[in-house]
Amino acid sequence: MTVQLDFLKNVLYFSGLDLAEIESIDKLVFEKSAERGEMVLLEGESATDLYFVASGAVKVFKTSAEGKEQILSIVRPGESFNDVSIFDGGPNPASARAMGPVLLYGIKKNDIEAILRNHPRVVLNVINVLASRVRHLVSLVEDLSFKHVIGRVAKILFEQVGGGQMGRGPRLTQQEMAAMAGTAREVVGRSLKALEEEGAIKVDRNRIVITDKEALKRVMEVSS
Amino acid sequence: MAEMPGIDREKCDGCGLCVIVCHCGALTMVDKSINIIETVECDWCTDCEAVCATGAISCPFEISIE
Ligand code: SF4
Ligand code: SF4
Repeated sequence: MTVQLDFLKNVLYFSGLDLAEIESIDKLVFEKSAERGEMVLLEGESATDLYFVASGAVKVFKTSAEGKEQILSIVRPGESFNDVSIFDGGPNPASARAMGPVLLYGIKKNDIEAILRNHPRVVLNVINVLASRVRHLVSLVEDLSFKHVIGRVAKILFEQVGGGQMGRGPRLTQQEMAAMAGTAREVVGRSLKALEEEGAIKVDRNRIVITDKEALKRVMEVSS
Repeated sequence: MAEMPGIDREKCDGCGLCVIVCHCGALTMVDKSINIIETVECDWCTDCEAVCATGAISCPFEISIE
């Protein structure tokens, strides 16, 4: 069995299909590689292909009018991206960038439509994939649209240094801050950037220094 | 001495994703598990922590006040 065939068998999109069906889909797949930092999709452009990450990882993000990036998801091997614009025919809702050297398996939009017609099982699988995508995005939207998350992150930082009583607190990963703030890791990254822009903190490699305690407190109050 | 992200070889399933995304070359696979070497090139981008699905890598921040 080829590497590609073996890969497709394990992709959620094609789960439950027999070997003959996977083989017929395999013929429609093309390879595309990207270097570290290369854009594989641009927000607003029209999409023609659906992609699966075969190796490496891809960051899917939106860019605000001020040029700020919000990560929506990290796509790992076996997962797909660009599904939304393939199925609704609209422009790419987000951009995607290779986080390192990446190998993608692509399928053209027209071929996807044929696959859906010929293999009803895939339709169910796609619904599954899209439903969990929506669930993830809904939870992000909740947190991104409310100011209180950045306030919660500010509060966590403030409490770690004992409200200024202690010079140095314990060490926390973004993952841990996310768990403490009841949010996703993606939101913490953005909150830290926002706090840095407010002048409340300074991120220096693996150190977060509270540079303006009063500014930090203001963020905590405004958003509580 | 540059502090480096923490690794937990027990949790690592050897997928190699962090090695691919890391831009500083600090991460390598040794005996199908993750290994890290010290380098000042690591800018604490935290991408390795972000891609690791098993939680085997952590990039903790020291929080202090001026
Ligand atoms: S991403 Fe995680 S599980 Fe995969 S090799 Fe790196 S540390 Fe191990
Ligand atoms: S934090 Fe970034 S540069 Fe440092 S080891 Fe992880 S991926 Fe490499």
